[in-house]
Amino acid sequence: MSKAKENSSAATIRTVVKRKSDRELEVTRTFDAPARIVFEAWSKPELFRLWWIPKSAELTLLSCDMDVRTGGAYRLVFSHPASDQPMAFFGTYREVIPQKRIVWTNEESDEGAVTTVTFEEDAGKTRVTLHERYPTTAALDEALAGSAEGLPEQFAQLDALLATGW
Amino acid sequence: MQAVRDRHTVNHMVHYQTRLDTTFAALSDVTRRGVLEQLVGSDASITDLAERFHMTLTGMKKHVSVLEQAGLVITEKVGRVRTCRLGPHRLEEEAAWIEQHRQLWSARFDALDEVVAHLKRKEKAHVQGKGK
Repeated sequence: MSKAKENSSAATIRTVVKRKSDRELEVTRTFDAPARIVFEAWSKPELFRLWWIPKSAELTLLSCDMDVRTGGAYRLVFSHPASDQPMAFFGTYREVIPQKRIVWTNEESDEGAVTTVTFEEDAGKTRVTLHERYPTTAALDEALAGSAEGLPEQFAQLDALLATGW
Repeated sequence: MQAVRDRHTVNHMVHYQTRLDTTFAALSDVTRRGVLEQLVGSDASITDLAERFHMTLTGMKKHVSVLEQAGLVITEKVGRVRTCRLGPHRLEEEAAWIEQHRQLWSARFDALDEVVAHLKRKEKAHVQGKGK
């Protein structure tokens, strides 16, 4: 873990995570590109699948269906060696304003979060603010425990994988 | 190995989740945050704190009790005076919690950064190609 920390130290300064309350998490990051490009990377499944899953060798994204428009649905299916059955994450886009905002639900359990991501362009750069609101405090903590399985210890490999992977 | 690590992570989460909840509940109140700031400077009696925050003794006792349960404050009664000081709990666990989230999102956003940079280069090349 310490090695990964070391290697991603430059990035860690750029990604800011705050617990806004016992049920809310906020993540911010600025990207050196106009909002239309960041939005494209977020809303096209073939691009989204390149970055959403931390490149842990153990977690494989089997399919990625996204209908990014208000009322549209998404469904991500993963396989994990610890599980015989594939795992699905799915939900609905509550609001989509191209290049501005995406709001989606997470519906594989009653405890799923509502996530809002906003894109604010300024002088050719885009500030992305992601806000997750969980129905309960326990749900937020469980979500972290669940997502931890996608957390590889070798974040250092991430850049290399991405550079060659597509 | 991954599964073992996951289980360990989950167990660890459950283990301190309750305490974390107590801590965040304790920190959710402006007066209690003020009391903690006050105690960073120096220890104080409940009477001192009640006066400083313009509260009744009973009201302040309740706040201190919440902080005490969260391990953020320790109280000690000497004679008739109950003195409060900062507890051992501090905020290390909260920091660890944030750190885990930060690692996930840093990994995602580093990868998104690569994708975005690639799209930008592609667009630039396309525009230049057209110009010629």
